Amino acid sequence: MIKFSLPIVVFLLFCITPQQVLATLRDTLYDDYRTDFYSFVEVRNGWRVDRNQDEKDASIAESRLQVALSTDLSKAIVKFKGDLVGDLVEEESRAELRDLSISFSPLNNVDVIAGRQIITWGTGDLVFINDLFAKDWESFFIGRDTEYLKAPSDALKTSIFFDAVNLDLVYMPVFHGSQFIDGTRISYWNNLSSKTGDRSLTVLDEDRNRFGNDSEFAARLSKNISATELALYIYSGFWQTPEGVNSTTWNLIYPRLSVYGLSLRAPLLGGIANFETGYYDSRQDPDGDNGFVRNSEIRFLVGFEHELGTDFTGAFQYYLELKQDYDAYERSFSGVKSDDEYRHLLTARLTKLLMNQNLSLSLFSYYSPSDHDAYLRPKANYKLTDQWALEAGGNIFIGKDDQTFFGQFEDNTNIYTSLRWSY
Amino acid sequence: MKTTIAILLLAGLQFLVPTSGESAPDVNQIIEKTNHAAYYAGDDGKAQVSMRIIDAQGRERTREFNILRRDSSDGGKQQFYVYFKKPSDVRKMVFMVHKNIDRDDDRWLYLPALSLVKRIAASDKRTSFVGSHFFYEDVSGRPPKDDTHELIEENDTYYVIKNTPKVADSVEFASYTVWIDKATFMPKKAEYINKNGEKYRLVEALETQTIQGFPTVIKSRVADLLDGGETISEFSNISYNIGLAEDIFTERYLHKPPDEARR
Repeated sequence: MIKFSLPIVVFLLFCITPQQVLATLRDTLYDDYRTDFYSFVEVRNGWRVDRNQDEKDASIAESRLQVALSTDLSKAIVKFKGDLVGDLVEEESRAELRDLSISFSPLNNVDVIAGRQIITWGTGDLVFINDLFAKDWESFFIGRDTEYLKAPSDALKTSIFFDAVNLDLVYMPVFHGSQFIDGTRISYWNNLSSKTGDRSLTVLDEDRNRFGNDSEFAARLSKNISATELALYIYSGFWQTPEGVNSTTWNLIYPRLSVYGLSLRAPLLGGIANFETGYYDSRQDPDGDNGFVRNSEIRFLVGFEHELGTDFTGAFQYYLELKQDYDAYERSFSGVKSDDEYRHLLTARLTKLLMNQNLSLSLFSYYSPSDHDAYLRPKANYKLTDQWALEAGGNIFIGKDDQTFFGQFEDNTNIYTSLRWSY
Repeated sequence: MKTTIAILLLAGLQFLVPTSGESAPDVNQIIEKTNHAAYYAGDDGKAQVSMRIIDAQGRERTREFNILRRDSSDGGKQQFYVYFKKPSDVRKMVFMVHKNIDRDDDRWLYLPALSLVKRIAASDKRTSFVGSHFFYEDVSGRPPKDDTHELIEENDTYYVIKNTPKVADSVEFASYTVWIDKATFMPKKAEYINKNGEKYRLVEALETQTIQGFPTVIKSRVADLLDGGETISEFSNISYNIGLAEDIFTERYLHKPPDEARR
């Protein structure tokens, strides 16, 4: 118990530390060491609305302290961002390193960032095609701040800026993959056992961690023509979630994957339109007849965002996953219930700001007409002062079948609240 | 067709008619000079801005940011780079605008925690800028061509000009009246009248200073006259003609804020 209450103690310490002391600390760091300091403390609690599986009633119960520092060494900037978490659901306290990187410009037109960092690209809104950098889906579904959907990557990122185009090259020497739903906190459909998996049936996966051998490489070539943003992408690595099965151990594996894609984003009819597509080449299943490895896919996204009124924005997206070699895929499953050839997904985001933009109400919803399932993310955030913010929200899963993408999470529908103090 | 040509000829000939030396300048010339003085001083510039936002109940919030501006041409396209410093939950966010003349502006928001460059729909420029009583259009300037202008009064100090929107439904006001300093062509205050004929919004320059030869507002205020509440902006560390390169206003520098924006 003492172990995971450490961040709570730190939280209390922070709350009673006079702001003047922190202000002095911040000024000293900035003036004497050219170091920028930022911190927040947060308590976040969430509950399952209807618990049928062997999962805890609490979907989230944690206190968190984040400290971020960045030092300007004139030729380079060193960044650090770390969290201390007291987690009552997993009954542990832990330190999470989110950023430890150095960025510099060896040449006038080259920027390099080396180390642990968050990398994002692509045009989708909470839908990703060419952004194959690590995600944390567990954080997303239990109601942590959206910041935690992006997991850090240990990478060397080089960006080269030419007159005609920009080129980003990212090398990640060791594959980590995304934090996927494995039953420890959220129950899921276990295909191998044909039943819902929870804490008593968690996923066993085989790590890929051979330095150099299990490396990932991603590149983006981008160009702006007037107000239109164009980009081409290449990725060579692995499925970010374990989309294969080792046929001898029956553990899940991360099969090899290459992705080739392009995106376009431009103003249209007073709003912003985006288009993105990608070909997912599942290299360990070239003909689509290997039932142990996910088939290749074409993914496609088109979206549009527009202001609907004062401080009121609406955004809509259509997303498609199209399985390649579907006949071979069906044969390889020989009668067992398999996925559809097409997975259609619609998303809608509504955001309204009120009370001098201190209150933000938003609803993000996913709906799949082919899977007959949906996922709703309502959220209200109120800034009590410039330091204190109160948040409440939910993760609502609705589905007809137990094995569809959102339907499998139906028993994990949860609501949460949080209180954050930032400095 | 013949009539059109005749009108064009007449219009052209007007320029040949000499104007009497002491007559007031044309209202459109005043507006153009004001637009230049208020929004296009120098070729570029930077300032540190501190905003106090006070709501109708008297609760106060603060915003602190550095703003960089670059002009492609006087009275033409401009680029803005806004780097947030306070409050801490928006710290290091960047808001970038490419102001266009013939079409909607292009706007981007950079969220450092997600390393995300988000593009923002920018059809409505008369919405609150960062929760303050200032509108986007107060920050980047309302295109003079969107209104018709009428000189309604002239005294020793001010030109008083009434502006009426050409497309009435595109904005929340019915008209606004600006007091323009005759010596500097800087707007002193603007009063907005809503569609019920009520005076509901007041924007005023509280303090002005000449910096590098450019008259500059260093303290301004917007007041909501109907619901109450006001925002007071103070500008410091102002400098002009600092030689900002155009590429500062690109995605590269959203990920890597330049010294000029951070300091």
